[in-house]
Amino acid sequence: MADGPVAEVLLRQLATADGGLDSAELAAKLGVEHQAVVGAVKSLQALGEIIEAELRSTKRWELTAEGEEIAREGSHEARVFRSIPPEGLAQSELMRLPSGKVGFSKAMSNKWIRVDKSAADGPRVFRVVDSVEDEVQRRLQLVQGGQAEKLGEKERSELRKRKLLTEVTLKTYWVSKGSAFSTSISKQETELSPEMISSGSWRDRPFKPYNFLAHGVLPDSGHLHPLLKVRTQFRQIFLEMGFTEMPTDNFIESSFWNFDALFQPQQHPARDQHDTFFLRDPAEALQLPMDYVHRVKRTHSQGGYGSQGYKYNWKLEEARKNLLRTHTTSASARALYRLAQKKPFTPAKYFSIDRVFRNETLDATHLAEFHQIEGVVADHGLTLGHLMGVLREFFTKLGITQLRFKPAYNPYTEPSMEVFSYHQGQGGTWSWEGEGCLRLPTLSPGPFHCQAHSQAHCQTQHHPHDLPCPSPSSTGLRKWVEVGNSGIFRPEMLLPMGLPENVSVIAWGLSLERPTMIKYGINNIRELVGHKVNLQMVYDSPLCRLDAEPGPPRTQGTA
Amino acid sequence: MPTVSVKRDLLFRALGRTYTDEEFDELCFEFGLELDEITSEKEIISKEQGNEKAEGASDVVLYKIDVPANRYDLLCLEGLVRGLQVFKERIKAPVYKRVTPNGEIQKLIITEETARIRPYAVAAVLRNIKFTKDRYDSFIELQEKLHQNICRKRALVAIGTHDLDTLSGPFTYTAKRPSDIKFKPLNKTKEYTACELMNIYKTDNHLKHYLHIIENKPLFPVIYDSNGVVLSMPPIINGNHSKITVNTRNVFIECTGTDFTKAKIVLDVIVTMFSEYCENPFMVEAAEVVFPNGKSYIFPELAYRKEIVRADLINKKVGIRETPENIAKLLTRMHLKSEVIGDGNQIEIEIPPTRADVIHACDIVEDAAIAYGYNNIQMALPKTYTIANQFPLNKLTELLRYDMAAAGFTEALTFALCSQEDIADKLGLDISATKAVHISNPKTAEFQVARTTLLPGLLKTIAANRKMPLPLKLFEISDIVVKDSSRDVGARNYRHLCAVYYNKNPGFEIIHGLLDRIMQLLNVPPGEKKGGYVIKASEGAAFFPGRCAEILARGQSIGKLGVLHPDVITKFELTMPCSSLEINIEPFL
Repeated sequence: MADGPVAEVLLRQLATADGGLDSAELAAKLGVEHQAVVGAVKSLQALGEIIEAELRSTKRWELTAEGEEIAREGSHEARVFRSIPPEGLAQSELMRLPSGKVGFSKAMSNKWIRVDKSAADGPRVFRVVDSVEDEVQRRLQLVQGGQAEKLGEKERSELRKRKLLTEVTLKTYWVSKGSAFSTSISKQETELSPEMISSGSWRDRPFKPYNFLAHGVLPDSGHLHPLLKVRTQFRQIFLEMGFTEMPTDNFIESSFWNFDALFQPQQHPARDQHDTFFLRDPAEALQLPMDYVHRVKRTHSQGGYGSQGYKYNWKLEEARKNLLRTHTTSASARALYRLAQKKPFTPAKYFSIDRVFRNETLDATHLAEFHQIEGVVADHGLTLGHLMGVLREFFTKLGITQLRFKPAYNPYTEPSMEVFSYHQGQGGTWSWEGEGCLRLPTLSPGPFHCQAHSQAHCQTQHHPHDLPCPSPSSTGLRKWVEVGNSGIFRPEMLLPMGLPENVSVIAWGLSLERPTMIKYGINNIRELVGHKVNLQMVYDSPLCRLDAEPGPPRTQGTA
Repeated sequence: MPTVSVKRDLLFRALGRTYTDEEFDELCFEFGLELDEITSEKEIISKEQGNEKAEGASDVVLYKIDVPANRYDLLCLEGLVRGLQVFKERIKAPVYKRVTPNGEIQKLIITEETARIRPYAVAAVLRNIKFTKDRYDSFIELQEKLHQNICRKRALVAIGTHDLDTLSGPFTYTAKRPSDIKFKPLNKTKEYTACELMNIYKTDNHLKHYLHIIENKPLFPVIYDSNGVVLSMPPIINGNHSKITVNTRNVFIECTGTDFTKAKIVLDVIVTMFSEYCENPFMVEAAEVVFPNGKSYIFPELAYRKEIVRADLINKKVGIRETPENIAKLLTRMHLKSEVIGDGNQIEIEIPPTRADVIHACDIVEDAAIAYGYNNIQMALPKTYTIANQFPLNKLTELLRYDMAAAGFTEALTFALCSQEDIADKLGLDISATKAVHISNPKTAEFQVARTTLLPGLLKTIAANRKMPLPLKLFEISDIVVKDSSRDVGARNYRHLCAVYYNKNPGFEIIHGLLDRIMQLLNVPPGEKKGGYVIKASEGAAFFPGRCAEILARGQSIGKLGVLHPDVITKFELTMPCSSLEINIEPFL
């Protein structure tokens, strides 16, 4: 390639040239195709800084094939004139000549010849003048000699109309010496080979430079799902904080553990068919811890443990109804009940992350199943200040440092607090969107843009699961947005379990989907969870580093 | 969370000052409310029905405020203003009083026929009330909010309010055959029987939601006055005769229901909120209700309850150190009039009839914390010392996930709920053979059953990603559910691992190789001895004949692998050969 003869000549010429040389001129000088010189220029360019080449385009007049013939043989009319002897020529014979037809009419209009139609053996053509000046041939020869500029605009355009001349654009290179100019170049190696290593020949060989702008070849590999990558990180955070994982491998739960044990009354809207998936088969729980059930019944219907109770007719059949758990708090209730049976009481820190189910109307931010993250601490004398302190540590590990707490209502925690984080805008912490009951963004002004949906959910929601709305989160919200829900479990829930009176249990929760969608910039939950997942998104998703500052978007190929 | 919509200017006038939107939002946050939206009637209509329909609608600014679901006393402008004014110590909480009229007390007699349909009723009178258009609208709106929330869409309690001057007591609350009930209902010009009404209201967008409460019952509840005028047919509709207007001066309120406690709460809320506009503010005229057993009760209850809570308990639960006097002050700001008594550490708290949500000392603790300001509480870390443990099944799952990805398979995350078809018909199985748990109230076929296998989810994932380059290699480690009568709820989860290979060739050797790799990871040697694993020719409806093997490990069957049957491939809308593997990983714990 680069060691071709043309390239070598080019370099030698360039060494002595004053400033540089033109590729077309060089081609003419060497008597080779211009394309051959262009090829040499390109291959020299690929070697780095040996030469510099500037692309130029010039316009030039060239003769067509017919034009070249005329420049050589004379114009058709001149050839007609010359072929007529002094005694004239029969017109029919003249027309048989190669230039006959075109030349005849042109010579006639030039008044170089005449036709005698009265001749005995048919029309006969005679010269009118003795000699002619072949202007056309002269002009074409001028162009051929590179002196097209000597012709007037009108003359050139007339010749072009006769398809004898044509204007062509010529792309040429103006070649000059590069910073690493040298006339001696040798063939470059593309890759290092075992032979070169063993022979040591690599020391003397130049290597072709790599194009670092090209993309690499991605490795063949499997990929973990982004939501579960985030789940792994949350598990890690809990484990770092000393929380033990609760068993949650029971999607089917009785209403008792899901609601009654949490002091959630039987007429509560969350227990409605519209909000919860109940089971047809197996429709009812077979066993319940009856001693405990009676304490729960009494607390609901009559009160006790310092409570007024809800004062209604509590029904066992309602508690037996099986359902798909609506929160993992049912698993927390089981864990706390087990803890209560251990004497003496030992403090505990628990967590879980698993699926929960809601009989939802589906849309871009709501699915019938999602993952709930829950943390629980049970110990003597825990305060609201402790809950806030634990939340601060937990959210700090997520990279969320500015927290604020709002009074809220949850059926089974009192006091309850919603956790808000200040959204700083781009580049700050996570771009959380308004949580709460958020279906669609509304365009009206106001600090919180959301529309309420099913009231039951909001009443039940210890753990909001609503997802970010697909509104312009990238612009930064500069406002407080909800990131979780928390509280201290009610004594009406804990005391019937048998936990000591001075033991408090603090708890908080959030959904896994919401932070994941924000982290990975996904607007439609169906692209993340379920079979409609976009596998390309799974393939391309980066590591989950919850506390890492989001950097500028990285793309391959930028240095 | 219920949302209350109030006119901003009206609210500010009642609060005696104006706020910027931000200031008001801040006040809400502090008090546990949420300023959800700032809008106007015009904006709402234009958003829902387009700009044209909104032409001429009011552009008075509305605040939509989210109220905690247990605070029925904040469901109207009157209650919000009272709550915030007391919170800001601009007014003292009013004292609500039940008064016996000078003349005859209004009487509501319940007959025993109501026992089987809607057994409870309570009543009260607002005497010499002065409505304005805004007050009247708020009165109607409060009833609607109560109906939607504590009344559980009128199922537990239904409210009827009447112009007492058009009626003559005593009133009778009874239940009759629908064909025997005939009256002119609210806003109709002629009389209908209850049967006719139930038909008419089937197409009424508002009322149709309540029909099911009494539909198909032999007797319908109904309230008459002494002249046989129908006051209402709860929980559906009032009579037109006793309809209240802006000009009504004396209001008779009845609440009927299936939950006595809630009926009493609802009545208390209405009368405490609107007695403000009576000639004698916050005085409510009593009514007598005679139950079928002859016992007679006076309503509204308007009961004030006293609780005594030690100040150090509140300090300890919240994590603050305030004097008992200060705590009493904090609670008073939350509408809980409190004073220090006894040894100086005890606080006596008076819970007014508006605060039915306060049922335990913990509710009082919360109010003290809110008044103190959540964000003023000093954060602390509990000294709870614990050693963390992972749930062994999840620990194993996490380890396997990483190595499945390292083996070149990509993780899918599919739904635990699916259609019967997915787990049965499409796999060539009968649903009865699946031991699946069935959902009784699915909104669509996608949620008929809990999955009994992970395979359909993976095949559907491939079907949704057919544009991706082949081969597709997917896996999932997650739970399936089957019936199991040995468990308390009659069902249990199993942790499954499923993998599929989808390409132009079936790739059985790849799936088989993956199994070998999984067994290597689990330290299970090949061969039948020493707790090893083998695969044995088997058959399965989902597999191509002769291309299916059962996996036996540690002496038990843990699953199957093989090349999928072309029918299965087609039913999942796939076109290429596919091999799969699904095992239960619990034996390897």
